[in-house]
Amino acid sequence: VNELPTDGRTAPPRVNGGLVFEALWERNVFGVAMAAFEKRLFSWRAFQARLIEAIDAHERAGAAFHYYACWASALERVLLDAELVGEEELAQATREHEALFAHRLPR
Amino acid sequence: LSHDDHDHDHDHDHGLAARAAAIEALLVEKGLVQREDIDRIVRHYETNLGPLNGAKVVAHAWASTQYKKRLLEHATSAIAELGFGGHQAEHLVVVENTKDVHNLVVCTLCSCYPWPVLGLPPSWYKSPAYRARAVKEPRKVMAEFGLLLGDEVEVRVWDSSADIRYMVMPERPQGTDGMDEEALAKLVTRDSMIGVAKASPP
Repeated sequence: VNELPTDGRTAPPRVNGGLVFEALWERNVFGVAMAAFEKRLFSWRAFQARLIEAIDAHERAGAAFHYYACWASALERVLLDAELVGEEELAQATREHEALFAHRLPR
Repeated sequence: LSHDDHDHDHDHDHGLAARAAAIEALLVEKGLVQREDIDRIVRHYETNLGPLNGAKVVAHAWASTQYKKRLLEHATSAIAELGFGGHQAEHLVVVENTKDVHNLVVCTLCSCYPWPVLGLPPSWYKSPAYRARAVKEPRKVMAEFGLLLGDEVEVRVWDSSADIRYMVMPERPQGTDGMDEEALAKLVTRDSMIGVAKASPP
């Protein structure tokens, strides 16, 4: 609990003090990052720096602020930095999941 | 939102969900993280970051007069009965709100706060303005939170410190007879246990 910021732009959205997730994937991506950090696959400082970068980029692009979109970008970056995943396999896995999701969630 | 906007949002979220799932799948496949860990960790943060434990304590005290007595007499051991406690709650004191007395908690020196029951403090709790004004003009501060108390209600302000940390037991709202503890706990907000609000109506 100590690492997670509670104030400022890098703090996760909270209601009544507790975390709020607007979608299941937000909860998952939060958990994946924290589980990876628990295994010390990267340092909190490195993740935090990538998170700030992602938030800055989001703001520069004028996009509506979406905390967990920035969180997901930061997680991708920090895993690539640590060479735990490669650019190509990440891109491929993302394409596969996009196809899978398009299939699974018809509109 | 127009129909198009909605579709756009949906696509966007769809893409993000796929990205998140792709990272998870890769890390699990490589044996770098385990799926059980992911769920365990999120549940840990969901439980311990927020005021869920405190809410359970209050709901239990509302439901059991015996427990309430123990809680008001010796809060640290009473919360331990429910499995809560540890660092920052070794010397916990619970003060009871009634129709005649309203309690408010502050830490004028820094931001002492009973983490094991209330989770992480809100940012305003740590602000110099709240810390100074809660003691000097508590009624005005509470009014700014939307809590208006009649003149007949006595206001007591408790200053938390490293030695003693306070938590408010809010009054049980009207119309909650027959509700079980789980339902009652949902009415107990963080702010009501700091004293800047009442428990939510059912």
